[in-house]
Amino acid sequence: MVPLSWYLAVSALLFTIGAVGVFIKRNAIAIFLCIELMLNAVNLTLVSLSGFFGDVGGQLFVFIVMTVAAAEAAVGLAIIISIFRNRESLNVDEVDTLKL
Amino acid sequence: MEKASTIIFIVFAAAAVLSALNILLQRNPLYSALSLIVTLLSLSALYLTLHAEFIAVIQIVVYAGAIMVLFIFVIMLLNVPAVQPQIEKQKGLRYLAIPFAGILIAETFYVVLSIGKRTMPSVPVGTEAQAVGTTWSIGTSLFTDYLLPFEVTSVLILMAVVGAMVLARREGD
Repeated sequence: MVPLSWYLAVSALLFTIGAVGVFIKRNAIAIFLCIELMLNAVNLTLVSLSGFFGDVGGQLFVFIVMTVAAAEAAVGLAIIISIFRNRESLNVDEVDTLKL
Repeated sequence: MEKASTIIFIVFAAAAVLSALNILLQRNPLYSALSLIVTLLSLSALYLTLHAEFIAVIQIVVYAGAIMVLFIFVIMLLNVPAVQPQIEKQKGLRYLAIPFAGILIAETFYVVLSIGKRTMPSVPVGTEAQAVGTTWSIGTSLFTDYLLPFEVTSVLILMAVVGAMVLARREGD
């Protein structure tokens, strides 16, 4: 059988990769994808702990996290669309002033 | 039987980690989005090994099937070009990252070693049709013990829909 620590190690690895991606990437949509990756790593931690201890609360938490991630993705993409309309560029290095 | 579950875990965990690395390595954001879809599907398989059937199916239907499709719509709508290699503004910071990464990896090893060899319960908790992880268990918990987060989440979704419509409309509509 697979020990619990393996699941947590995979989750930590995915979270680290997502965090590195948020720092390294310069495209706004790629940064957003890495944020979704971090959310999924936390989901894996919650579901694995819920499965190992027999508590359904962890999976409910994951349900709510997925809902919040969907709402955040919708609003974030709307913001990215409006930024793109104004500046014609998705490079976050160029979106560094509040003035147009 | 034990070997099979270990092999399944290793296969899907490796698929998840490798496709997550591919997100970082691709220049075109469309390829990154497709790699993220592979990661989501591998994670869904890992949820199935944890007896979390409802979450596994919801992950495929909602996350990979709706959220990632929205991402791909937006990527194709904006026609984002591939990223050109950037000039680094501060080269010295990358040497600061190595000790921090070392500390994080040491913490991970500490957690992994202190948890030890705790393995899965061999049968799901509860009866067959009402085990933890089935739709029944999540449904009853959602509407009895966790009713308040459920209602608050519905308000949150309403806010998100209104916000997205307001933010993305053109001026003068």
